[in-house]
Amino acid sequence: MMQEGLDDGPDFLSEEDRGPRAVNVDLEMDATLQVDISDALSERDKVKFTVHTKSTLPNFKQNEFSVVRQHEEFIWLHDSFVENEDYAGYIIPPAPPRPDFDASREKLQKLGEGEGSMTKEEFTKMKQELEATTLLSVRGKNKKEKLEDFFKNVVKSADGVLVAGVKDVDDFFEHEKTFLLEYHNRVKDASAKCDRMIRSHKNAADDMNRIASSLYTLGTQDSTDLCKFFLKVSELFEKTRKIEARVAADEDLKLADLLKYYLRESQAAKDLLYRRSRGLVDYENANKALDKARAKNRDVLQAETNQQLCCHKFEKISESAKQELIDFKTRRVAAFRKNLVELAELELKHAKGNLQLLQSCVGILKGNT
Amino acid sequence: MADTARDPPPDRTDFHEVEDGEDLFPEPSAATPESQPASLSAVDISTNANGPKQDSFFDDDNEDLFAEATEEVSLDSPERDVLLSDGPSPAITPITPPTSVITPRIGHTHDDMFTHSSFDEIEEEEGGDSFDIHISVSDPEKIGDGMNAYMAYKVTTKSSMSLFKQRDFAVKRRFSDFLGLHSKLASKYLHIGYIVPPAPEKSIVGMTKVKVGKEDQSSNEFVEKRRSALERYLMRTVKHPILLKDPDVLQFLESTELPRAVNTQALSSAGILRMVNKAADAVNKMTIKMNESDAWFEEKQQHFENLDLQLKKLHASVESLVCHRKELSVNTAQFAKSAAMLGNSEDHTALSRALSQLAEVEEKIDQLHQDQANADLYLFSELLGDYVRLIGAVKGVFDHRMKTWQKWQDSQMLLQKKREAEAKLQFTNKPDKLQQAKDEIKEEIEELEGKVQQGERDFEQISKTIRKEVSRFEKERVKDFKMIIVKYLESLVQTQQQLIKYWEAFLPEAKAIS
Repeated sequence: MMQEGLDDGPDFLSEEDRGPRAVNVDLEMDATLQVDISDALSERDKVKFTVHTKSTLPNFKQNEFSVVRQHEEFIWLHDSFVENEDYAGYIIPPAPPRPDFDASREKLQKLGEGEGSMTKEEFTKMKQELEATTLLSVRGKNKKEKLEDFFKNVVKSADGVLVAGVKDVDDFFEHEKTFLLEYHNRVKDASAKCDRMIRSHKNAADDMNRIASSLYTLGTQDSTDLCKFFLKVSELFEKTRKIEARVAADEDLKLADLLKYYLRESQAAKDLLYRRSRGLVDYENANKALDKARAKNRDVLQAETNQQLCCHKFEKISESAKQELIDFKTRRVAAFRKNLVELAELELKHAKGNLQLLQSCVGILKGNT
Repeated sequence: MADTARDPPPDRTDFHEVEDGEDLFPEPSAATPESQPASLSAVDISTNANGPKQDSFFDDDNEDLFAEATEEVSLDSPERDVLLSDGPSPAITPITPPTSVITPRIGHTHDDMFTHSSFDEIEEEEGGDSFDIHISVSDPEKIGDGMNAYMAYKVTTKSSMSLFKQRDFAVKRRFSDFLGLHSKLASKYLHIGYIVPPAPEKSIVGMTKVKVGKEDQSSNEFVEKRRSALERYLMRTVKHPILLKDPDVLQFLESTELPRAVNTQALSSAGILRMVNKAADAVNKMTIKMNESDAWFEEKQQHFENLDLQLKKLHASVESLVCHRKELSVNTAQFAKSAAMLGNSEDHTALSRALSQLAEVEEKIDQLHQDQANADLYLFSELLGDYVRLIGAVKGVFDHRMKTWQKWQDSQMLLQKKREAEAKLQFTNKPDKLQQAKDEIKEEIEELEGKVQQGERDFEQISKTIRKEVSRFEKERVKDFKMIIVKYLESLVQTQQQLIKYWEAFLPEAKAIS
């Protein structure tokens, strides 16, 4: 069942698994292979994604087909690549993080419970918020996954220290190693700070929501001229808050997601370097073993074969890794460019919309005063 | 029952009873021209309401009264400085309607003017001296050291009104001086129904930081908040036509040296007494059950209760917004730094440059958020805080009216008892002592009758004053809210305009990545 529709060819598969929504990476509009997640269905505590594939490639049994997959299966796919030695020389695309439906579910629960106690306005507003955030529910890792990662990292970093200590003869790889180590840390920091910034933005938008409600109540209660005034300002806050919420959502999408993605991809690139270093270590050990064997004149053939194998493996990894890392840079630059341009365009669009809204309201209010 | 003849009221500055018909207290938006003079007396005592609900009147007197009152009002008139005191009142309908008719008493009174049209119109009528006064509080300066240190503020008054000796002058005042001023005004005017603007709140924490010499963001903000609040407090006080002319206010604004107001300290004996009184008041309020037959008061009280509730809620939300906006500013600044670092480590030149530009944009935006948070605070949040406190003062004034009513009722009951006692005296079996007892009681009854009349007058007066004050207050409230909220919205406009500028500058940089 799980094998259906999948083929082991590296080229097209490497495109396929770029996360449930290909928002950050440019999936080439290639007729040979197009994959998308056409649907997501939430059921109690699991989500079922419909993976839809369109391809002219002969490897597939049909030209167009869909399958249903859960998050664990995406992880399985990723891990399969990682464990497969043939793919050692590739930057294996990072597995998508587990969709955090917990947060949305919490809100849904609150909504249900609060139905009796909230005013109609508050209820409608909360419902809208929920819908907006569910769009962006593929976020963050849940606790279990975080714990797993922690252990993985502990093991890796021990090795990483060992491996990082060995200076590479090859300038290219030496440079890449230094670059990736620093870059990864900086992206991690930027990602965290970006998330905090967006969180504050959302909080401010929530406040505006409450302000709009209070102003509305004041408007309905007041017996003076202020009643119309308050109602107008309440309406303004309601609209401006929607824009602010969209700004935060867009920043999340274009900036935060970008940084998170490259956090994971730079880790994947580091993993590649790590595998290459291991290959190098194995090669060097094989060399030493060969020398020893030759010296003792025992098991020489075996040692020779082994050494050749290690050499071949290492050279293969190095060659592919080089290309992968160059591609990584190209992809990264393209992704950043696209997202930063879109970010700026969206910020402008929202600011202009907001400005017009505010100016028109001020005009009306001043006219009436 | 009140059928005794009345003695002509003593000659004092008095005010008139006002016919509290609907027209008298127009909705703030409608400016009704007046022909309702407060006139006294010859009242038709047929109605049975608690508050003034009159239908008869003395029209001839109207014009004269009015004209007279207009002329008499001169800003330098010494009478104006005198506390409003009781004047003769027609027996408009206490619970036990009196049957006598009282001769109209026409005195001059500034009060009369306030019974109709807006104060603005009145001020213009006063001829020559329009309401033109501007007060600013500035230059906070720390005087002294350690725990005895305090902030001195410069209070500058600019006015062309003849009330002042100069047109442009300044004095130095400290916070306790402001509190002292408020305390004096409150003791003079609150209990007769004037809405005295409350002084800014004390803050032990805030002040301690300043005293200790902590020069940081929060203590600077504290000083600025206080300075701004003191300025608003003074402006509100002088906008009140009666308070403006109070000698304490004039002294506060003009004299170089002011006697220290020591009783304003929270933990002084006066402070403790205040707290005790406040508690006592709260208890009393619960026990007074007033028969409110004047729907206007009931409606207004409810209105202010609702307003209080809503404003507090709104205030809380705005304070939360201020807080989150400040957080946003801080987080944006941190992100900017992080983005700059990322840009540094990026090895693709064009992307590296773009990331640095992004960092710069975010840095500018963080300053923008900081500025906006300040506007949120100083314009919107402080306005709401001021009004929550002002409504507290309004509620206080309504409470005083209740107390006044209670006092009147108490005198009434006592009078009743004494009369019953007098009646019983007839049946006493000590004839020799009878005459003496009769005389005693007669005296007491006379005294009490005076008290009852006074009580009724006080009640009428405070009710009248409150109606005027509320009308004025509501007008001010509408003006204030409209003006300040529009100003606040303009700050939001500015922020968006800046945002547009920044992102427009960044866009080409992002596009330049190749």
